[in-house]
Amino acid sequence: MDDGYASVMPANAYNWTAVWRRNYLAWRKVALASLLGNLADPITNLFGLGFGLGLIVGRVEGTSYIAFLAAGMVAISAMTSATFETLYAAFARMDVKRTWEGILFTQLTLGDIVLGELVWAASKSVLAGTAIGIVAATLGYASWTSVLCAIPTIALTGLVFASLAMVVISLAPTYDYFVFYQSLVLTPMVFLCGAVFPTSQMPDSFQHFAGLLPLAHSVDLIRPVMLERGADNAALHVGALCVYAVLPFFASIALFRRRLLR
Amino acid sequence: MNMSNMAIDLVGVRKSFGDKVIVNDLSFSVARGECFGLLGPNGAGKSTIARMLLGMISPDRGKITVLDEPVPSRARAARVRVGVVPQFDNLEPEFTVRENLLVFGRYFGMSARTIEAVVPSLLEFARLESKADVRVSLLSGGMKRRLTLARALINDPHLLVMDEPTTGLDPHARHLIWERLRALLARGKTILLTTHFMEEAERLCDRLCVLESGCKIAEGKPDALIDEHIGCNVIEIYGGDLDQLRELIRPYARHIEVSGETLFCYARCPDEISVHLRGRTDLRVLQRPPNLEDVFLRLTGREMEK
Repeated sequence: MDDGYASVMPANAYNWTAVWRRNYLAWRKVALASLLGNLADPITNLFGLGFGLGLIVGRVEGTSYIAFLAAGMVAISAMTSATFETLYAAFARMDVKRTWEGILFTQLTLGDIVLGELVWAASKSVLAGTAIGIVAATLGYASWTSVLCAIPTIALTGLVFASLAMVVISLAPTYDYFVFYQSLVLTPMVFLCGAVFPTSQMPDSFQHFAGLLPLAHSVDLIRPVMLERGADNAALHVGALCVYAVLPFFASIALFRRRLLR
Repeated sequence: MNMSNMAIDLVGVRKSFGDKVIVNDLSFSVARGECFGLLGPNGAGKSTIARMLLGMISPDRGKITVLDEPVPSRARAARVRVGVVPQFDNLEPEFTVRENLLVFGRYFGMSARTIEAVVPSLLEFARLESKADVRVSLLSGGMKRRLTLARALINDPHLLVMDEPTTGLDPHARHLIWERLRALLARGKTILLTTHFMEEAERLCDRLCVLESGCKIAEGKPDALIDEHIGCNVIEIYGGDLDQLRELIRPYARHIEVSGETLFCYARCPDEISVHLRGRTDLRVLQRPPNLEDVFLRLTGREMEK
C-alpha cells in the first residue's frame, strides 16, 4: 500500500511545469476577459469600502482606512483568486473535462498534476494580488517597492488556498458542494482575519481562534510590508503558511488517488 | 535488460469493487507486434483491464507485466512507451489540433522542437493535415478520434492500448480508423484493443479473448474460435412460432439457439432446412457464414449488445 502512495507523488522537480504550461496556454486565449473579471470585484470593494466607509471610520492603526484596507484586499484577492481557480477550473479539468485522465496516460503522476495546478493557481493569485497593489500604489496608498516586496507572500497565500481548495474538490461530488466551503469557511475568514478591520476589535477568544487561520497569517505579513512597517513574528507566519500549503497538498493527492485511481 | 517477446503478460489477475467481482482470475499474454482483442459486452470488465494495464487501477491479486515492467509498481516507466486511446474523448476542445499535440508531447518531457519535428507526420497519419490550426471543438467525431490516435503516437510508443476505439463512429469513420490501425500493425506496433464489435475484432485481431462478467470464456484466433465452436453455416430465422419452428428443423440442425425473436440454427447442410421453410411467407430467413457473434451466443446463451 505504501508503494501505491509513493507512485502517485510528484515524480521529479520539473514534471509539473507541463501542467502549468497547459493552463497558461488555455488562459492566454481568454486573458483579457479573465483579468477584467478577476480585478473588477476586489477593486470595487476597495473603492466602495475604502472611500465610503473610510470617511466614517477615519484612521485605523495609524493610517488611513483605505491604505489599511488595500493591504487586506491584496490578501483577500490572492485567496479568492487561487480558491476559485481550483474550485471551478481545476475541478472541471479533473472531472467533466477529463483533462487529468489524459495526463495520467503519460509519464506524469497525480502528484505532478496537483503540483502544476497549485503553482498555476498561485500564479493567478500573484496576478490578482499584484494588480490590487498596483492600484493602491498608483493612488499613493502604498509605495511601489512595498508592492514588489509583497509578491512572495501573495504567491505563498495563493499556494495555501489552492492547496486547501484541492482538498475540497477531491471530496466534493459536484460543484454544488463548493458553496459550503465558500460561505462557511472563506467568508467568515475574511471578517475574522483582520483583512477589513483590526482583529483587536474582536473578543479575545475570537482573536485566538483567528490567529490559527491561514488568512490571518497572510494579512499579518502583507500589511506591514505594504505599510512599510516591520512585521512581528514573520518567521512564525511564514512557517504556518507553509504548513497550510504542504499538508493539504499531500492530503489531496491521497484523496485524489482514492477518487481517480481505483 | 533482456527484452522478452511479450508486450503484455497477465497472470491470475483479479479485481473486485466491493462485493462485485469485475475481473476474475484472468490470464493472457500479448506478443510484440500482435493485435490482441478483448471482446465482450458492456460490463464484461474490458475497461477495467485496460486501466489496470496502465497502472491506473491496482489488481487485488495476480501479476501484470507491460513491456517488461511490473505494473502498477513501475507503471510510469511502462507508460513512457505506451500510447492510449480512451473510450471517452479527453482532447482539449479549446485548443487547436496542433496545440493538442504540443501540450501532450510536453507531458512526455519532449521539447517543443522535438514535438514540432514529429507533428507533420502525425497529422499526415491521422489525415488531419488541413486541420492543424482548427479548434478541436469544430472537428467531427471521426476527426477527433483520429486526433486522439495521433496524440497517442506522439511518444512513438511500442504498445497502443485502445478502449473501444470506434464506438460511436459512423461506418465510414470506423473503416478509416481500422485502416489506420492496420497501418500501425504493419509498422510493427503492438495493439491491445477492447471492443464489443464482432466485426472489428474479426477484421483486426490476430488473437482475442472473449470475456463475460470478468471471466475469460474463450481465447484464440478469430477464425479458429469460429471453427472450433461453430464450424458450420448459420441460418437466422425471424418470425413465426419459435417452438414450432424448433421442432420442425431439429432433425437437420446440429444446434439451435433462440435469442429474442430470432432463431439461430447451425447446420452442415443448410439447404435441407431451406427446403422445409420454402413457401413460408411469414418468415424471414437469412443464411450466412458463422462469425464471432455466434461464438459468443453459443458460449453464453445470449447475444452481445450491439
